[in-house]
Amino acid sequence: MSEETETLQELADRKYKYGFVSDIESDYAPKGLNEEVIRFISAKKNEPDWMLDYRLTAYRRWLTLEEPHWAKLHYPKIDFQDAYYYAAPKSDSDGPKNIDEVDPELLKVYAKLGIPLHEQEVLAGVQERKIAVDAVFDSVSVVTTFKEELSKVGVIFCPISEALQNHPELVKKYLGSVVPPTDNFYATLNAAVFSEGSFVYIPEGVRCPMELSTYFRINAAKSGQFERTLIIAEKGSYVSYLEGCTAPQRDENQLHAAVVELVAMDDAEIKYSTVQNWYPGDEEGKGGIYNFVTKRGDCRGARSKISWTQVETGSSITWKYPSCILRGDDSRGEFYSIAIANNYQQADTGTKMLHLGKNTSSRIVSKGISAGHAQNTYRGLVSIHAKADGARNFTQCDSLLLGDQCGAHTVPYIQSRNPTAILEHEATTSKISDDQLFYCLSRGIPTEEAVALIVNGFCREVLQQLPMEFAVEAQKLVGISLEGSVG
Amino acid sequence: MLEIKDLHVNVFGKEILKGLSLKVPPGEVHAIMGPNGAGKSTTSYTLAGRAGYEVTSGEIDLYGEDITGLSPEERAAKGIFLAFQYPMEIPGVSTMNFLKTAMNAQARTRGEKELDAAQFLRTVRAAAKELNISEEMLKRPLNVGFSGGEKKRNETLQMALLKPKLAILDEMDSGLDIDALKLVAEGVNKLRAPDRSFLVITHYQRLLDYIVPDVIHILSGGKIVMSGDKSLALQLEENGYDAVINQAA
Repeated sequence: MSEETETLQELADRKYKYGFVSDIESDYAPKGLNEEVIRFISAKKNEPDWMLDYRLTAYRRWLTLEEPHWAKLHYPKIDFQDAYYYAAPKSDSDGPKNIDEVDPELLKVYAKLGIPLHEQEVLAGVQERKIAVDAVFDSVSVVTTFKEELSKVGVIFCPISEALQNHPELVKKYLGSVVPPTDNFYATLNAAVFSEGSFVYIPEGVRCPMELSTYFRINAAKSGQFERTLIIAEKGSYVSYLEGCTAPQRDENQLHAAVVELVAMDDAEIKYSTVQNWYPGDEEGKGGIYNFVTKRGDCRGARSKISWTQVETGSSITWKYPSCILRGDDSRGEFYSIAIANNYQQADTGTKMLHLGKNTSSRIVSKGISAGHAQNTYRGLVSIHAKADGARNFTQCDSLLLGDQCGAHTVPYIQSRNPTAILEHEATTSKISDDQLFYCLSRGIPTEEAVALIVNGFCREVLQQLPMEFAVEAQKLVGISLEGSVG
Repeated sequence: MLEIKDLHVNVFGKEILKGLSLKVPPGEVHAIMGPNGAGKSTTSYTLAGRAGYEVTSGEIDLYGEDITGLSPEERAAKGIFLAFQYPMEIPGVSTMNFLKTAMNAQARTRGEKELDAAQFLRTVRAAAKELNISEEMLKRPLNVGFSGGEKKRNETLQMALLKPKLAILDEMDSGLDIDALKLVAEGVNKLRAPDRSFLVITHYQRLLDYIVPDVIHILSGGKIVMSGDKSLALQLEENGYDAVINQAA
């Protein structure tokens, strides 16, 4: 083996940075899934009866459903009985509380992950800008920062379990109003067993004074995480929300099936950014998270706007289509995506833009990068309904291939029932050429850095959509995810 | 100081350089001229360390150090710079970002401190001004949509910032009109220094009117067949490669 190849091999073998397991004693629901387990979860969360009914109805329906197989994903059949549907740190049995009461062991985990949970540190300028964080560990929220400061302007930012206690009327009104419990196999499963997630409510006319973020961590073995996030932006309000995720490195696959619902009323704007870095499995494709996620935003009001930005680098399987229902006249939906699949990762991701209202517009920019033996599919739907006069869509799907063992696929569906619609679709597939790589090398830039530079250039349009702090992190992540992919 | 000793190079299993020997002392400008297929591009790629250009025997020394086995990025950090005949486009990466990445990477390899943002900006702006490169051009993605002249000026800018010990100019004049050529040559001439050698690889004599070499070598069949002063270029221009090479043989 040449020296160069050896160095590349070392880099490829470098471990996933967030793959550590924390020794935290946990409470579990009995293994498997049945009505008893659902009652257990609901009781743990001290939920109102209507919530338990909602869960049980969903569960009974789920029993009648079949897993979807239309995506370009191949994986062994999932045994839904061979997992824990609830896992929570024992020390945290009373639910979220003040940071001073949080188990120091848990705080250590977040320190190691680089997530700021101490408001004092943030205020003292250790962090550059204020970001409120809800930290979700397995099935519970550990702590939520800046709650008080936010409540002064009427913004509610708390774990959804807490919202069910303190604002049940709001949860009842909006939960399932965008993604109904009957929506699809995984959304129905989530409706039955979801255990934590964030709840955000921005009152009329309020511009949320800081970025809100939720950080999801799966720690317990053999457990699934079923998060549920609900964001409501009232008339004329604005919020930017970020979501991050990591998990330990394990040989077994773990299930993550989330549902995220966004509601934007007249003139409201929601910007939702994700950096998904679940454990992707090893170089042989062993282990990793199965990520089956339903994310949907409802532009319910006129001139409302919902913008999804995602950087998907983790998970062994990704099945995810953040979508927008453009119901309000003149509403706008955006989807900016970077999906990176290396080694044996498989990603099937894209969006749906459903144009219902007049003069609605949408923009889709998807950048897919495949390396190793990975398969990366963009799957998207642009649908113009009969009453959506003057609807416009622009779609751009670019794929970049690294090496000759990987695949890139683009599956765009376009349906138009209105002759006034203007739809544009552009797609490209390219490779990093030897000439480009040598040009960088000849300037003294090492291979790994050169690949990261070229790929970041390829993704630039999407990276620009991310809030500053996230953009820097995401750029580094792009480099790390592709280490060892060029030989 | 560059010294190439009896270099044999295979490309795709075929021997292209067959015993190339050459010495370029510090501060001197040497030109390599030769007919198509003589091995001119192979020489520049081999010196820069491109994969696929396999040295089967011989040696390349830079200031007495054998660099034959080094990777391209290591050679760059040691002071080898290749100005490309066709500079590559890198979409989405601004020229500024590319320059910074390259300068910092070389500094790291040499164990030196990276430039801070303010120092970097000052250095780049000063060098860009010398070459008539606008701030706007520095922000554009590297070489994307650049004219031939802009690309070559950009190569010269990189050379000015990376301060090589040996600069190889591969067909620097291709794709340039006479005004652009003058501008680029002027930029290159400003970079001539007592501790820097130049190897100018060209097919035509035209470039050598503007970048005047100390020595001209004629490459044919994978080795140097003739060396002389700049009058050799005029001789070539007048009589053609065949006549001059045959005369030498």
